[in-house]
Amino acid sequence: MHTQDFRDLAYLVAAVFFIVDLKWMAHPRTAVRGNYLGAFGMAIAIAATVLGQSMTWKYVLIGAGVGTVIGWSMAAKVKMTSMPEMVGILNGFGGGASVLVGAAALIGAQQALGSGTGMGLQEEIATVLSALIGSVTFYGSYVAFGKLAEFLAVKWKLKGWQKAIKYGFAAVTALIGIAYGVAVGLLDPNASGRDKLIAWLTTVSFLLIGWILTLKKDRFPGMDVCKWLAAALSIGIGVLLVLDPANIPLYWLLAGVSGVLGVLLTISIGGADMPVAIALLNSYSGLAGAATGFVIGNSVLIVAGSLVGASGIVLTKIMCKAMNRSMTNVLFGTMGPTADTPDAEEVYRTVKATSAEEIAIMLDGAQHVVIIPGYGMAVAQAQHTVRQLAGLLEEKGTKVEYAIHPVAGRMPGHMNVLLAEANIEYEKLREMDEINGEMDQVDVAIVVGANDVVNPVAETDPKSPIAGMPIIQAYKAKTVIVIKRSLSPGFAGIPNPLFAADNCLMYFNDGKKAIQDIITAVKESS
Amino acid sequence: MTFVTALTVFVLAIYVGVEVINKVPPTLHTPLMSGSNALSGITVVGALILAGQPDVPELVHVIAGVAVAFAMINVVGGFLVTHRMLGMFQKKR
Repeated sequence: MHTQDFRDLAYLVAAVFFIVDLKWMAHPRTAVRGNYLGAFGMAIAIAATVLGQSMTWKYVLIGAGVGTVIGWSMAAKVKMTSMPEMVGILNGFGGGASVLVGAAALIGAQQALGSGTGMGLQEEIATVLSALIGSVTFYGSYVAFGKLAEFLAVKWKLKGWQKAIKYGFAAVTALIGIAYGVAVGLLDPNASGRDKLIAWLTTVSFLLIGWILTLKKDRFPGMDVCKWLAAALSIGIGVLLVLDPANIPLYWLLAGVSGVLGVLLTISIGGADMPVAIALLNSYSGLAGAATGFVIGNSVLIVAGSLVGASGIVLTKIMCKAMNRSMTNVLFGTMGPTADTPDAEEVYRTVKATSAEEIAIMLDGAQHVVIIPGYGMAVAQAQHTVRQLAGLLEEKGTKVEYAIHPVAGRMPGHMNVLLAEANIEYEKLREMDEINGEMDQVDVAIVVGANDVVNPVAETDPKSPIAGMPIIQAYKAKTVIVIKRSLSPGFAGIPNPLFAADNCLMYFNDGKKAIQDIITAVKESS
Repeated sequence: MTFVTALTVFVLAIYVGVEVINKVPPTLHTPLMSGSNALSGITVVGALILAGQPDVPELVHVIAGVAVAFAMINVVGGFLVTHRMLGMFQKKR
């Protein structure tokens, strides 16, 4: 057998490990093993690639060293509450790598032959997809990261590090565009007039990305038209590149225009839709990898890339279903109050406020308490305090459970991670469909920082923007306590009649502070 | 690898992926996402081949070298962060 055969066998082993990894990741007991197996598979794939052949090591070692150090320090330091941002930014690096590998493959092939690329039609199409999907993923993920870290497309004053990333990244993007335009447009004696034009257009597209990234709002007039235009242009340039694959400037132009598309698609996505966006970008990062696999004819890239692509699509579908919205609606639609939305003052006429002492008395008599967390709990970092309260109640023999809406938070499974961080056993986390059947037996339901996911309007008003969205039926509980800072609307921008229901009491306070006060009151009353 | 072979691998892997992942409990959505995300760093293989290939212009090495760094951030960061998260689920009181 040749070295290449051994290498391909090693790739096969790695591919099998990846599949088993994902299979094991689907069960709490085997998940840790699964992750180890995946990492082991990756090590095999990397070892098989670099061993047994003559290599130029310089850039391999520098790149691998720098990447490992950055990846390690990011992952080791990140807080559990910042997990959505972390997952968002990691997606982007995968996408960025695909763009660069596509470029390197194209340049290498073209310069080896002098003219043309020697690539078949399928490799050319794959190269185009590598650039297109990769660049959409890279810039889309950066925007998702920026929105989750709350420094992109916002009006308020930024902290120092936020400013540094926001303007630094925009400036680097713009400078890369300018540098490329100057290098080809002014300094390259061999560049044809057409090359120069394309290079300057590339500069324009990168400047455009940089400019949009510094905007202070997430929508502007004609944005949807721009999205379609960027999508059409990306495909158009892609087709041109397939017809003229040796045209390297065209490749960078494609990367630039797809980058504009990625930014536009993600920047208008609001908080509650973030889980869909993150899952979708995850899928893209895999598909970009698979496309790269087609470019260099490598099976392990295709297998791993399509596994990730598939898992991202499955998650996206679960998230969309949990919101009763289509993917097009998330990407292109807008969400907000409609003309039929009832007036908030009218709805909230009968709202009753309560105090920590009153809540403590109610909890004292309760047998079954359900806590319904939302993004507000994550913002207030109240998960540990929530667990303390639950522990206190459990000591008294009260049954405490948690009802988790699939899209609560900013990424799929966000609430589960936070509650797990606070040491809450996952057996106590109940899925929406399960807990809804038992909700009428629940004595006290405590809503911590959630709004739209408990809004009964979704079931009653077919004209509401959230009509048909499955909700946690908190209104069925004997008593509902809502901990919220004010009566401000949730992401959907509509009032929530639950807050004014007969069995509902509002406790206006910051999530963490509120629970701490309740804990004190419970301790005093016993 | 011929195009049809590659396409066969692609289509089958998509099916395997959908089948394997379809029944994941919501608790594991985030670790699954970051774990599968680490796998998308497999692009590192392509980047390594090009960054180490002799007889190609320096420019290819530089671009592919940056790609190696990007992909390694994805791989190392993805696996480590998943491990940390799963550790949270494993803790016993």
